[in-house]
Amino acid sequence: MIAVIAFYVFAAILIGSAVMVVTSRNPVHSVLFLILGFFNAAGLFLLAGAEFLALILVIVYVGAVAVLFLFVVMMLDIDFTELREGFQKYAPVGLAVGALLFGELLFALGAWDFAPAAGGLRQTPMPDYGTNTAMLGHVIYTDYVLLFQVSGLVLLVAMIGAIVLTLRPRVDSRRQNIEAQISRTPAQTLSMVNAPLGAGVRAAEYHRREPAARVGEEDV
Amino acid sequence: MVVPLGAYLTVAAIVLVIGIFGIFINRKNVIVILMSVELILLAVNLNLVAFSAALQDLAGQVMAMFVLTVAAAEAAIGLAILVVYFRNRGSIEVEDVTLMKG
Repeated sequence: MIAVIAFYVFAAILIGSAVMVVTSRNPVHSVLFLILGFFNAAGLFLLAGAEFLALILVIVYVGAVAVLFLFVVMMLDIDFTELREGFQKYAPVGLAVGALLFGELLFALGAWDFAPAAGGLRQTPMPDYGTNTAMLGHVIYTDYVLLFQVSGLVLLVAMIGAIVLTLRPRVDSRRQNIEAQISRTPAQTLSMVNAPLGAGVRAAEYHRREPAARVGEEDV
Repeated sequence: MVVPLGAYLTVAAIVLVIGIFGIFINRKNVIVILMSVELILLAVNLNLVAFSAALQDLAGQVMAMFVLTVAAAEAAIGLAILVVYFRNRGSIEVEDVTLMKG
């Protein structure tokens, strides 16, 4: 009974926060409602018995993706009021398409039922040992190991892609020129100065040398 | 599973439709469009987990995990493209992107 009440509470908050994500005036509020929605979706996952996925959802989505969104929203200096202009214009067609799609989904769900043989067609029937995490671990590292590796590759490509896209050469930063530094020779940097008696060596002597002798020194 | 499968599928369908509606009405704000895509993927995950619990089949949860992975990668790449686009154009309006067509 409590589980049923919890389901409807989670579902109601999830739907409400999803509506607020798309209609909220301020994108920062949108991100915060997205976080709330993901928390409640994690609750729904818990009620369905998928504990590992629920916690992954909280850690990955709330902890990483939503914070990434928040970071970008706050980093970009955007006038958010003019972003709302198309709202009235596109709301009717959006509502029409949404209502049509929802009606179609309801029709499809209403006429649908499990095939009698569905139980026998399962790919990985849930074993009756251990926790949800242990069962998932047994399955992922054996039957689905190829998919697991490929998803790791997807993450690697995404990481490299994000770095390559946002990296830009900065002209105002002074970088170390290692090649110039290690190819210096004593002949370029050292010079014998005949110091006259009592006059000393002037510091300006250094700057009188030809620029080629100073290569690499000021790039550090 | 205490709650019937139909309830889960209905919630997922509502979230999916809200996500598609969000893409329609936020034509100027790419960030909210990306968040709508996240909502759509969340609806897919809800469906996968609900069917996994109803059929007692672990494959659904495994697939939901891979969908989560791809969604995270997609968010990272999308936001990187958004940052580059904002750096070049000074705006994030989707309608400006049509100027890129050759």
